[in-house]
Amino acid sequence: MTMQGWLQIALVLLIVFLLSIPVGRYLAAIVMDRKTWLDPVLDRVDNGIYRLIGRDSTSRPMNWKAYTVHMLATNLCMAVLIYLILVFQDYLPLNPLKLPGMEPIQAFNTAISFITNTDWQSYGGETTLSNFSQMAAITFPMFTSATTGFVVAMAFIRAFTVRDGGANLGNFYRDFIRFTTRVLLPLSFVLALFLIWQGTPQTLDATVLTHPIQGGQQSISIGPVASFETIKHLGTNGGGFFNANAAHPFENPTPLSNWLLMSLMALLPSALVVCFGEMIGNRRQGWVLYGVMAAMLLLILPVTIIAEQAGTPTLAQAGIEMAATGDQPGGNMEGKEVRFGIAGSGLFGVITTSFTTGSVNSMHDSFTPMGAVPEFIGMMLQNVFGGKGVGFLAALVYGLIAVFIAGLMVGRTPEFLGKTIQRPEIIMVSLALLIHPLVILAPSSWSMIAPYGVSSLGNAAMHGYSEVLYAFASSAANNGSAFAGLDANTHWYNLALGLVILVGRYPPIIFMMAVAGSIAAKPTLATTVGTLKTDSLKFGAFWLGTILVVGALTFFPALVLGPIAEAFAMVHGYTY
Amino acid sequence: MDQLSPGLLRVEGKSPLLGQAYGRELLVQALTASLRKFDPRIQIRNPVMFVVWVGAIITASLTVKPDLFGPSTASSLYNATVTVILVLTVWFANAAEALAEGRGKAKAAELRRTRIELVARRILPNGEIETVPAAALHKGDIVRVDKLELIPTDGEVLEGKAYVDESTVTGEAAPVLKEAGADIYSSVTAGTLVVSDWLRIRATANPGESFLDRMIHLIEGARRQKTPNEIALTVLLAILTLIFVIVVAAMAPVAVYLHAQLNVADLIALLVALIPTTIGALLSAIGIAGIDRTMRFHVLAMSGKAVEAAGDVHTLLLDKTGTITVGNRQATEFIPLEGVRASDLIEAAYLGSSFDTTPEGRTVVAFAERDGVLPVGAVEGALPFDFSAETRMSGVDLRDGRIVRKGSVEAVIQHAAQRFDMPAPPDLWDVANRVARRGSTPLAVSVDGHILGVIALSDVPKPGIRERIARLRDMGIHTVMVTGDNPVTAAAVAEQAGVDEFIAEAKPEEKLRLIRREQARGRLVAMTGDGTNDAPALAQADVGVAMHSGTAAAKEAANLIDLDSDPTKLIDLVAIGKQMLITRGALTTFSIANDMAKYFAIIPAMFIGALPGLATLNIMNLRTSQSAVLSALIFNALIIPALIPLALRGVRFRPTDAEATFYRNLTVYGLGGLIAPFIGIKLIDLSLSLVP
Repeated sequence: MTMQGWLQIALVLLIVFLLSIPVGRYLAAIVMDRKTWLDPVLDRVDNGIYRLIGRDSTSRPMNWKAYTVHMLATNLCMAVLIYLILVFQDYLPLNPLKLPGMEPIQAFNTAISFITNTDWQSYGGETTLSNFSQMAAITFPMFTSATTGFVVAMAFIRAFTVRDGGANLGNFYRDFIRFTTRVLLPLSFVLALFLIWQGTPQTLDATVLTHPIQGGQQSISIGPVASFETIKHLGTNGGGFFNANAAHPFENPTPLSNWLLMSLMALLPSALVVCFGEMIGNRRQGWVLYGVMAAMLLLILPVTIIAEQAGTPTLAQAGIEMAATGDQPGGNMEGKEVRFGIAGSGLFGVITTSFTTGSVNSMHDSFTPMGAVPEFIGMMLQNVFGGKGVGFLAALVYGLIAVFIAGLMVGRTPEFLGKTIQRPEIIMVSLALLIHPLVILAPSSWSMIAPYGVSSLGNAAMHGYSEVLYAFASSAANNGSAFAGLDANTHWYNLALGLVILVGRYPPIIFMMAVAGSIAAKPTLATTVGTLKTDSLKFGAFWLGTILVVGALTFFPALVLGPIAEAFAMVHGYTY
Repeated sequence: MDQLSPGLLRVEGKSPLLGQAYGRELLVQALTASLRKFDPRIQIRNPVMFVVWVGAIITASLTVKPDLFGPSTASSLYNATVTVILVLTVWFANAAEALAEGRGKAKAAELRRTRIELVARRILPNGEIETVPAAALHKGDIVRVDKLELIPTDGEVLEGKAYVDESTVTGEAAPVLKEAGADIYSSVTAGTLVVSDWLRIRATANPGESFLDRMIHLIEGARRQKTPNEIALTVLLAILTLIFVIVVAAMAPVAVYLHAQLNVADLIALLVALIPTTIGALLSAIGIAGIDRTMRFHVLAMSGKAVEAAGDVHTLLLDKTGTITVGNRQATEFIPLEGVRASDLIEAAYLGSSFDTTPEGRTVVAFAERDGVLPVGAVEGALPFDFSAETRMSGVDLRDGRIVRKGSVEAVIQHAAQRFDMPAPPDLWDVANRVARRGSTPLAVSVDGHILGVIALSDVPKPGIRERIARLRDMGIHTVMVTGDNPVTAAAVAEQAGVDEFIAEAKPEEKLRLIRREQARGRLVAMTGDGTNDAPALAQADVGVAMHSGTAAAKEAANLIDLDSDPTKLIDLVAIGKQMLITRGALTTFSIANDMAKYFAIIPAMFIGALPGLATLNIMNLRTSQSAVLSALIFNALIIPALIPLALRGVRFRPTDAEATFYRNLTVYGLGGLIAPFIGIKLIDLSLSLVP
């Protein structure tokens, strides 16, 4: 790895860090109804929407149950709408290529995938979807799913600050509208212009005809790509307009656009942690959590970069230069775009899995086995910042368990932010902890012995298992990226992955909202010297340790049988 | 030794021998109890150990038929070895619980013998007396108990006055005077012995509900319910166990796909090594030991919940008298008035109090003696003047004609004016008021109408109470002193004792109000009480400690009963409760941290044939795959008995702030838990290499 490569990585991370602070405070201002400079314009926009929906339903206080039910019902309605658009796109406008409606099971998978911020795709975008579908069934839920994740996290945080026993954790619709109009829409609009400048198309045409020099003609797919691309990354969504996703030169044309997309993925999940510190009035606590997440990212990122740069013995034997030199990147460039190189691809790969976006600018299947391990870890832990809102909640699952054990260790019923953590919270948190390994490990193992599971494999032995494990980890974490190699467009994978996406998304949110309800009902205790501080470096270290130990214990065997065994085999000259 | 007298020899030899016999008896009992606990109906209550138990049955079947689940490289001998280790693991857990229960069971058996032997003489409505077994007595029955008879029932004294030896219940040897009508001293307990006179008693408990019955139940743990934190921890451990079941079960299909032959015994070994067996095995023992520790402390816990809550209290309500102060006011200063020699005042005070047998009189004498004034013989033949509520003075008329009086300032001024026509010295009120403002009581002293000065009587905090309260503050516990005294006195005592807050002129309702206020802020409140009017507050408090000397109503309302009737023990209960929680937390951390090493031992061993590359993970360099699995499993089993003493004794508790406690325990049990098994497993592997 050249110095330049490392600097490039450091610069991206530094910029994200610096941006996350003002953006986090801006988010807090929106959630806490503080004045912002956009108010004069946006208050009018919002009021218009409130009037449309009904003033009453957008101002009514909601407890955790009401909030959750309205969230679920809204998501369900949108999912049904998306499903119908996909299945009946041949009857709908903006379909110049006359693409047929989507097959129902695949449409089920796709609807679930996009409403849950997963964006797993078992289809190729440009060859399957009309422009109308791309906008109404794909780009639209990219906004709403990101917003859904964000607002439940906000409702959860409010549980620590409300003084009314939890009768009002906010109004789901109001939160939903404000986050959309004040964060996602303006940012997406401005940044889409940036991408258009870099060369990303934005049009309602479907193709452009060109005449290559070798003669004949070629039709190249285009469409409303720039608007799609910004929210796809800003909302940690990840589905591609084109099958090649962000490796496609129209989605991600230049190193500069690559830098923008990586920053966009990382921006809101990290800003949300800053927002958390603001909302609870304890910035220190926010930074402790930020530190825990950042430490994990900095721990796993070099593994990928170093492994990719080191390349493989097979490539080296083939006479390929593995060390970077002035005129070639060296390392494992298989499946990577030359315009991004090792640093731009490796960092993108780790960010897209850690922040559970799922967008890809290189083929993860072609990463070295060790280089892929951090990507698995990102999706398995789900809280190396993680997806919008849900990553925060996943960190809190581990955090509350850490609080519970640490609290016992000081001889006191555990407390977090002045609220006691007792049986009801521990039951809910434990269940939330259980879901993730259950929906990753059980179906992926089943796939390895079922004929309809094995038949989709593109590669043999450990690598085959890695493909399946990745698919389920990606679905459960609502990431959506694919390892590639696996043919996921079968009834088994469409159904199983669809269900895993659903179970991976909603039950943990419901469990954590129940925790919020239970916490909000408790009085806030004053801090004494008998209270274990959770905003200290020491507790941060314990929090990190809890995530790493519990996470490692849960997923270590699966990783050993997949990528890690493959890595050891590779050293001995076996490849799969 | 031969030269020693036989008597001495017997004394020297007897008690350790007896102790051993008692210890052996307890061990034998625990052993049988631990075997009985293999019953699956008992095992299923502990989800973690139940998984081990089921695992043992599967490996036992594999011992009989090694290819039960398909071809396997594991021999019957290997499967049998795994089975034996698993059974031992379960047995160690059983033994931990049985040992924890043992002491309580012995005590309960002793109490039960007492209960069976009790006989009552019931007085029928027509005045006739019949003899019935104590178990036949009902609430409202009236019995008579004579000297050297055991009281057959809990009750109220209706008539009579007698000394009662309550040592069977309290362990306190000195007999207590019981009489009718006194709120506190009229309640008696079944199983205690009348050592003088007789009593007529009305039963206040039905059969099976007496204090003795409750004690037996509580000690035996028959009604032991899990504490709230224990339930939360059990849920967490059960779910972790479930996660590990999924993790391990998910390995089998992948192994089939990779054509790696797995032994079922190895999978079960991995599962057992991963699930938190250490804390799972010791969790129940920790709870029982906590209750047992309170009992050895002569505190009867109505539930484990109360003990746990004691460790958790945020606010401690302390009665001033008896808890913070010695109880009686002590002379603390002699203040002579203008122109009076200090020695004259002290001598007069001494003389005036020499016949005064009230506690106040005695403390004046003691204080004067400390100052070295001992006019020996001066009081010979003197005439005492006793204290009465009307005169509010006491004193002495000496043989030499001097008339010494000591009493409330007004009374002595009146005495001087009326009897000697002497005016009060001008600075008297200044001095008296100054004393009163400090929270002390001023007593004036006069000789023949000359008022010499003032004695200050003060509430003296118990020795060491300030340090104990400071320790509570270090633990983050808020102390509130409750007293019926006026605010001035209360403030002074509060200042001296160092409590955080005080409530003066408090009525019993005041305590209840305070408890509700604190609870509304989410705080747990502890208090002690003994009177009937304390009962509502005791019931409302999260931790209510009733003195055993207190009324039946108070004891009914409380969730802890202090058999020694020592209110300061509340402070120690906090430590016991905290210790219980800390022990659980520490062992949970240790148990989970242990797993890392076990992965590195077992996983490379399991796939040694199919995925030889994984040998790189064998960082402990264990000899063979079988030895690796067995070493991890043996370590997993042996750590349980190794930690039984810690579970029973509790993790050492030092009253420091939470940060320091956390850091220390995290280092010892977290970091220690990560490292210890790497060393332990390697050592076991090395010793297994010695086995041919």
